[in-house]
Amino acid sequence: MATGPHTSEFKNPVVRWIDARLPVFTLMQKEYGTFPTPRNFNYFWNFGALAMVTLVIMIATGIFLSMHYTPHVHYAFDSVERIMRDVNYGWLLRYVHMNGASMFFIVVFIHIWRGLYYGSYKAPRELLWMLGVVIFLLMMATAFMGYVLPWGQMSFWGATVITNLFSAIPLIGPDIVVWLWGGFSVDNPTLNRFFSLHYLLPFVIVGVVFLHIAALHVTGSNNPLGIDPKGPQDTIPFHPYYTIKDSVGLVVYFMVFAVLVFFMPNYLGHPDNYIPANPLVTPPHIVPEWYFLPFYAILRAVPDKLGGVVLMFASIGVLFVLPWLDTSPVRSMRFRPVARIFLLLWTVSFFVLMWVGAKPAEGIYITIARLATAYYFLYFLVILPLLGRLERPLPLPESIALPVLRGGGPLPAGAMSKPMEKA
Amino acid sequence: MAVFRTTLKAAALLAGLLSAGPALAAGPTVPLPDVRFSFDGIFGTYDRAAAQRGFQVYKETCAACHAMRQLSYRNLREIGLSEAEVRAIAATVMVMDGPNDEGQMFERPARPSDRFRSPFPNEQAARAANNGAYPPDLSVITKAREGGARYIYALLTGYTDPPEGVELMEGMYYNAYFPGHQIAMAPPLNEGQIEFHDGTQATVEQMARDLTTFLAWAAEPELEQRKRMGVRVLIFLTILGGLTYAVKRRVWSDLH
Ligand code: HEC
Ligand code: HEM
Repeated sequence: MATGPHTSEFKNPVVRWIDARLPVFTLMQKEYGTFPTPRNFNYFWNFGALAMVTLVIMIATGIFLSMHYTPHVHYAFDSVERIMRDVNYGWLLRYVHMNGASMFFIVVFIHIWRGLYYGSYKAPRELLWMLGVVIFLLMMATAFMGYVLPWGQMSFWGATVITNLFSAIPLIGPDIVVWLWGGFSVDNPTLNRFFSLHYLLPFVIVGVVFLHIAALHVTGSNNPLGIDPKGPQDTIPFHPYYTIKDSVGLVVYFMVFAVLVFFMPNYLGHPDNYIPANPLVTPPHIVPEWYFLPFYAILRAVPDKLGGVVLMFASIGVLFVLPWLDTSPVRSMRFRPVARIFLLLWTVSFFVLMWVGAKPAEGIYITIARLATAYYFLYFLVILPLLGRLERPLPLPESIALPVLRGGGPLPAGAMSKPMEKA
Repeated sequence: MAVFRTTLKAAALLAGLLSAGPALAAGPTVPLPDVRFSFDGIFGTYDRAAAQRGFQVYKETCAACHAMRQLSYRNLREIGLSEAEVRAIAATVMVMDGPNDEGQMFERPARPSDRFRSPFPNEQAARAANNGAYPPDLSVITKAREGGARYIYALLTGYTDPPEGVELMEGMYYNAYFPGHQIAMAPPLNEGQIEFHDGTQATVEQMARDLTTFLAWAAEPELEQRKRMGVRVLIFLTILGGLTYAVKRRVWSDLH
């Protein structure tokens, strides 16, 4: 009895039996096998797969770390050191998890930037993009709480500074902070709940990633030209073409990851986190992990506490409405000579914010942080909405296949393109 | 073309990393002396003899004030001490154990499985004995300071007379490398204070170097295994990367 409600194409009788009743094999085949994918991806299109692999690595190492970790203010620091010393390959687990968080953010930053450059947030992928921003927020929450777990000086003081931000909320702020802490300062209850949530949130991320992929498989992928595939000649099956191309990227990615883990495992961390937390000794500079620095810089650029908090959240919130702020119908920055320059400037402002976020908030640094913050928002709120109307984009190619089959070089302008195609 | 893009991507990744790292380092105020250690570099290992001498200095000098509570005596096997030597070292120390069958705590000689005994029962006692200053636990000290092992060496050799016009506070000493330059720890190393078992001359530089090797080992006992594994992993990934790239070229060749 190989026929069920679903007619399966598979030959293997076991696979066929299952597939007829629960068509998971057909689903995988459709979504990852024959899935029609634009033929012109560059290596920027690796980063989604890399992020997914990293999420799996984080969950796997995290589960094993949790078997040896003790979420108590008296034991947390020592339990992490014990993992490093006495657990078989514990140092490897911990360094992979610790640097995996950094790698995760590097990958996701590039993944988001790819979206900004090639206009992947535009119709019909708005929801796909917004789900991505949700994942990014969840990642930040997860990483923040994870960093508290080893209970070093930066764990404790970072948690104190960041949770205190909520006290800026008018009227109920102070009560919210007490509620978050589970007491009157960052203490054992805080550590316990952070551990619980740190274990939980990655699985929420898995759920949102699933939706993110589901949405992707409805609209199909964007591509470096930003134009829609016009027919079968423009697409290729995901497997084997992109499975193998993603594998190449994955190996390169693992090499960078390995250099960090094996040769400079603490390079991206802060030495103060190897000093056990001490509520009575404030470190001279409290700095968050490097991936939070741009947002930390925006927070401190505003003289008013509430204003800073609002602006910091707005710096990510603005990404939610980006699909409606960018009024240009052309997706890829390849065909937007003016917008491209402004985006590159925005990228510079992001790195400037990252750099200045690690500096003390005084003197010239404040001015720099304010200028970079201003430009960060200016790009989204003023430049993009205006450019859609003012900029004259380059002519778009007729189809994906044409330029690819001709060797991928630049197109003779205008030769075989119509200007301002509605992408 | 594809190779070019790969390179570009790798460069982008690295640029991200490198720009982030130094951004964190507020940096020590004084540049550290350019010392080299046996454990530097991707093939670095701990000089066992130096680490053993360093342990001797720790035991005879620093242990009076500084705990190393992440270490057990048995760990000393890793820097080349024999089982019998470790037993003998542990046995010279009395540790608290119990309760026994009568419910009493009692003292006994330490065993290799015991943690290094701490000189003070708690931070308050340590401060009380040191004019209010706290001698930090040294278990992970090379990971807990900007500059790492290099900073520790610099600190131990960095005691000088205060420059003209600098007023030292009561009970403070001038150190060129300590942040703020005023440190509550008296110069712990003095020429000839140790008689090394292997006959090495106990100059301040020698003791500082040996101590730093010992402390670096204590903080990162996995370093040798980690670097060895790292080299193998990178070799493996390089080969795998080459093969994967070749397969990718093959698979894609029918498209162009
Ligand atoms: C008499 C007690 C005493 C002895 C012996 C002693 N120290 Fe200290 N040490 C201290 C005190 C007190 C401090 C805290 C100094 C301060 O915070 O100003 C300290 C601080 C340190 C620091 C931290 C400096 C920093 O950057 O914060 C290191 C490293 C250190 N000692 C190493 C050693 C070593 C190695 C030895 C053995 C050669 C040693 N000490 C012997 C009392 C001592
Ligand atoms: C989204 C994925 C995740 C991110 C970004 C993340 C991030 C982090 C970070 C930054 C740390 C601090 C590392 C350090 O400085 O020591 C940490 C620690 C920890 N994480 Fe995660 N984590 C993730 C998933 C998980 C999961 C799924 C688990 C459990 C199943 C977990 C368990 C732990 C434990 C036990 C620690 C404390 C041990 C340690 O500090 O090394 N993590 N995490």
